[in-house]
Amino acid sequence: MARVQIKNVSKSFGVVRAVDQLDLETGEGEFLVLLGPSGCGKTTLLRMIAGIEEPTVGDILIDGKVVTNLPPRMRNIAMVFQSYALYPHMSVYRNIAFPLRTRGVDKKAIKEKVNWAAGMFGIEHFLNRKPRELSGGERQRVALARAMVREPSVFLLDEPLSNLDALLRASAREELRQFQKRVGVTTIYVTHDQVEAMGLGDRIVVMNKGLIRQVGTPEAIYQWPADTFVATFVGSPPMNILGEGAILTGFRPETFLPADFVKGGDGAVTYPFEVTWLEYLGAERLLYGNVGEKSHARHVVSRLPGNVSLPISAGETYHFAVLRSDIRFFDRESGLRTNRSPS
Amino acid sequence: MSRMREGGDRVLEVKSGIRDRAGLLAKLMIAPAILYVVAMIGIPFIMAVMYSLSDATTGEPNYRFVGLRNFGAALADPVFRLSLKNTFFFALVSQTLVIILSRVIATALMKEFRGKWLARFLIMLPWTAPISLGTIGWLWMLDSIFSPFDWTFRRLGLLGTPGALLGPMQNLYWLGQPGLAMASVVIVHIWRLLPLATVIQLAGLSSIPKDLLEAAEVDGAKPWRKTLEITIPLTVPIISIAFLFGLVFTFTDVTVVYVLTRGGPIHSTQVLSTWTFFKGIEGGDLAQGAAISLFLFPVLAGVAILMLRMARKREVV
Repeated sequence: MARVQIKNVSKSFGVVRAVDQLDLETGEGEFLVLLGPSGCGKTTLLRMIAGIEEPTVGDILIDGKVVTNLPPRMRNIAMVFQSYALYPHMSVYRNIAFPLRTRGVDKKAIKEKVNWAAGMFGIEHFLNRKPRELSGGERQRVALARAMVREPSVFLLDEPLSNLDALLRASAREELRQFQKRVGVTTIYVTHDQVEAMGLGDRIVVMNKGLIRQVGTPEAIYQWPADTFVATFVGSPPMNILGEGAILTGFRPETFLPADFVKGGDGAVTYPFEVTWLEYLGAERLLYGNVGEKSHARHVVSRLPGNVSLPISAGETYHFAVLRSDIRFFDRESGLRTNRSPS
Repeated sequence: MSRMREGGDRVLEVKSGIRDRAGLLAKLMIAPAILYVVAMIGIPFIMAVMYSLSDATTGEPNYRFVGLRNFGAALADPVFRLSLKNTFFFALVSQTLVIILSRVIATALMKEFRGKWLARFLIMLPWTAPISLGTIGWLWMLDSIFSPFDWTFRRLGLLGTPGALLGPMQNLYWLGQPGLAMASVVIVHIWRLLPLATVIQLAGLSSIPKDLLEAAEVDGAKPWRKTLEITIPLTVPIISIAFLFGLVFTFTDVTVVYVLTRGGPIHSTQVLSTWTFFKGIEGGDLAQGAAISLFLFPVLAGVAILMLRMARKREVV
């Protein structure tokens, strides 16, 4: 178990700044998720922590020790790659044993540890197979077992679920989370999938264009996004953002409901909502449309829970409202969330 | 075009040309290849087998069956046995060195450096030159008097003075001494086949996913372990293909030995292919030549089978 500290780290590839003066610190045993669109620098940051990439400036500390210029093998980290990177010419057993053999562990101890790791991920029965004879989910378990067998102090995962089909992904997510809690190893997990991030992370680091936009618990990220980027990147559909002046108004689709359903708190704001398109998704209905006067109509989405059976059809205008306490304000210029409301 | 069928459904009728008849088209397309193999490989091979069982000469090519006499005579000939040994020696030694050197060059070419295109161009150059021209170039390089190698050694004081490392003579006589002549043949074979092997090895190296090497690093592998346990095992199939290709090229090559040494001095560089040529064409004993050349057949057939196996294995990985 260890803490990872990132101190003023930048990484440039030629003229491109992949990571720009980042500061970040994990808690001990924390599950930290790096979330962002592709090209935001999250994978580069992970690779620098792993030691595969060297920072242009700045320092990386693991367990209080500076490891910035140490090769990966001297950092006691484990990493699961997006492709799993299993050694195709080695059996599952030899794959899992590889990190132990490089450390010069003796044969008997290797056997014990491989069996322990294989048991943990339920892959004991195909230790003699080659990776190509395994399914995607099995490969992923082998990759996890290979990573965990050395009992690393930091566990790095680069989109390990993206190669699984949707059904498997949900169960793999749950297993991964339970496993991490059980072992308690500090974990840094890279993903572009906000559902994964929300479901897995103790804290989420939202990144864009090489910068950290917000660090916080899934709840904080969702309820109190630091800026319009976080507000629109996290959540599906994203937060509705309206406004013409210097201050923008934002609210989540599920808080934007027919006026009769919006009660309590310190009052609500009502909008005329012209529905242009609706999607029936079973558990919910998504209503797409415009609010405001015709001249400056704004596109918004409402997410009606399945138990709201109010008949709604496209082309009609309804009175929809949102609680004042559910409204967030953002500064148009900087995009940052602000407490000032448009007057 | 359509007409009414009994039930009243319309049936679409399109004139079908040869392009639509997949079976016939396939046969037509593959016919030239089959024709080529039969005419250029099948018939000469059968003729070689037939001649080897006859007593035909270039002067009197009438066919008279004599059984396996020619094979017996070839085996009894010490020059044949030496040629057989030399053939294997040249092929195995040169190709082993080619594999090692091409690996080194390919590894270097995987890295980015200034002037890489020039290096690649120069490395590929021997492959683009006709073998005979290239070998004639080497003939001059290895000249008994004007060899630039000898000149360099003399300048460095390694040759031509009493007590010098390479001897007091003014020249090494590369092609005039059995050992040096053999070394020369090996060197020219290496020079000639290095580009092909390098390209094959480059393909092998670049087919290894970068992830794997990074994973090995994270898993604690030092560079030597990465090479021994990841890179080499993953490129063995393609290295074998390069090796087997090289073997076939050296086994069947006449030009290098013919141009450099004509099998000399005293048959020390004689190989089966040149011995076949000297016996069967220059010596006129067609039957003997055919018998000698057929000794290569089982070896080449074995190599070809291995190559096909490797190629198939490679597809699976």
